[in-house]
Amino acid sequence: MTRCRIRVASPLRSYTRNAAEVTGRGSTLREVLENLDVDFPGIRFRMIDEQDRVRPHIRLFVGVDEALNIDATVSDGATVHLICALSGG
Amino acid sequence: MADTLWIGTRKGLFALRRSGGRWRLTGPQMLGHIIHHVVQDPRDPRRLVMAAKTGHLGPTVYTSGDRGKTWVEARKPPAFPKAAEPLPDGRKAKAVDVVFHVTPGHQTEPGVWYAGTAPAGLFRSEDHGVSWSPVSGFNDHPDNPKWAAGFASPAGELLHSILVDPRDAKHLYISISVGGSFESTDGGRDWAPINNRVMVQFGPESYPEYGQDPHCMTLHPKFPDRLYQQNHCGIYRLDRPGRDWVRIGDNMPKKIGDIGFPIVLHPDNPDVAWVFPMDGTTVWPRTSVDGKPAVYKTANAGKSWQRQDAGFPGSQAWWTVLRQAMCRDEGKGPGLYLGTTAGEIWGSASGGARWKCLARHLPQVYSLTFARQMP
Repeated sequence: MTRCRIRVASPLRSYTRNAAEVTGRGSTLREVLENLDVDFPGIRFRMIDEQDRVRPHIRLFVGVDEALNIDATVSDGATVHLICALSGG
Repeated sequence: MADTLWIGTRKGLFALRRSGGRWRLTGPQMLGHIIHHVVQDPRDPRRLVMAAKTGHLGPTVYTSGDRGKTWVEARKPPAFPKAAEPLPDGRKAKAVDVVFHVTPGHQTEPGVWYAGTAPAGLFRSEDHGVSWSPVSGFNDHPDNPKWAAGFASPAGELLHSILVDPRDAKHLYISISVGGSFESTDGGRDWAPINNRVMVQFGPESYPEYGQDPHCMTLHPKFPDRLYQQNHCGIYRLDRPGRDWVRIGDNMPKKIGDIGFPIVLHPDNPDVAWVFPMDGTTVWPRTSVDGKPAVYKTANAGKSWQRQDAGFPGSQAWWTVLRQAMCRDEGKGPGLYLGTTAGEIWGSASGGARWKCLARHLPQVYSLTFARQMP
């Protein structure tokens, strides 16, 4: 199983028991997010809508590359960043 | 647990609790969350359901089984079905952006709740709000693409009112801004527009079958054949089984007009209702009219209206009251309450005759609901 580090933005840490980083599993973002939701139920839907689109104020990066959809490849040892874009007021 | 006013704001959940005739502010809970609606379950008053999201994150629902002390996120929040294939004409498959409105189901259906969303969708829970399923009879109705065509209000295309006939669990009404009002007599399997004589001033047709902009629709709990709506284009009353709404807002003072968001009904007398007019002229400032807040009351089903502004600022108060931010209790007055876009809560123990500020300096108030005292 491909493993990765997941950096979690602060608005999502209520799901990760305040952890800023957790371990992920999966060779695509889709698999990583599905497994993350198993570990931390509800977290995926706050980032990804029911049509599998990334929500407007969320950005996903694999390493330094932004993933525009959840089919991006995640290589073993990669770092996935779950980022809440600057927004609101 | 004392009588409570649950205050949903742009920045979290607050509560005013009444003890010995005084109101005491508590909170915030869920600081930073956008709280669109919080509603007590009349069938089991320990339970509440809350619609929420944050600036960054998607929409969800929280439930409480301990009178609002603690909240648990829904296991399966409202969501449209995943589209199997791309939609024609380049349309994007719907995804819930906001859970805006929640309402308990019929007395004979404990655990049933309904939710309305933006974009307009109707959802149902049968487990006290823990998991939600689409009401496909509406969301997938052949005419739904016309009824919920994506003509969004500034807050989105809101399904904001869900009414359950207290005589019949299968008799439902819903309202969409913008889209109109719809009725089902078979528990949500089929729907039909119910917008006769409701005006559209912003479209090519003045009285279309659908496409109106109701802001808030309600029915009387003891006389459920009597409905009212505060619309983008006036205040209306409907007496069933009739199908033609009557524009009772025409009887408002012309300099005030009949535009606003909320409408609240008396708990016993179906002829008594209250509205909070706002400025809907020119570019739609959506403020109190002339900066002078006032509630208007009818005691004769809309034939005439009485201004109620005692206690409110007499000038330079440019707030308004959003559609879910005005409510009443079940007392004799009854007690009336409203939350403002300027973060104040006002109350009247005398049916609107005199108003008093109960709390100020809160974030913008999105919803205000009354939860009765429990033994």
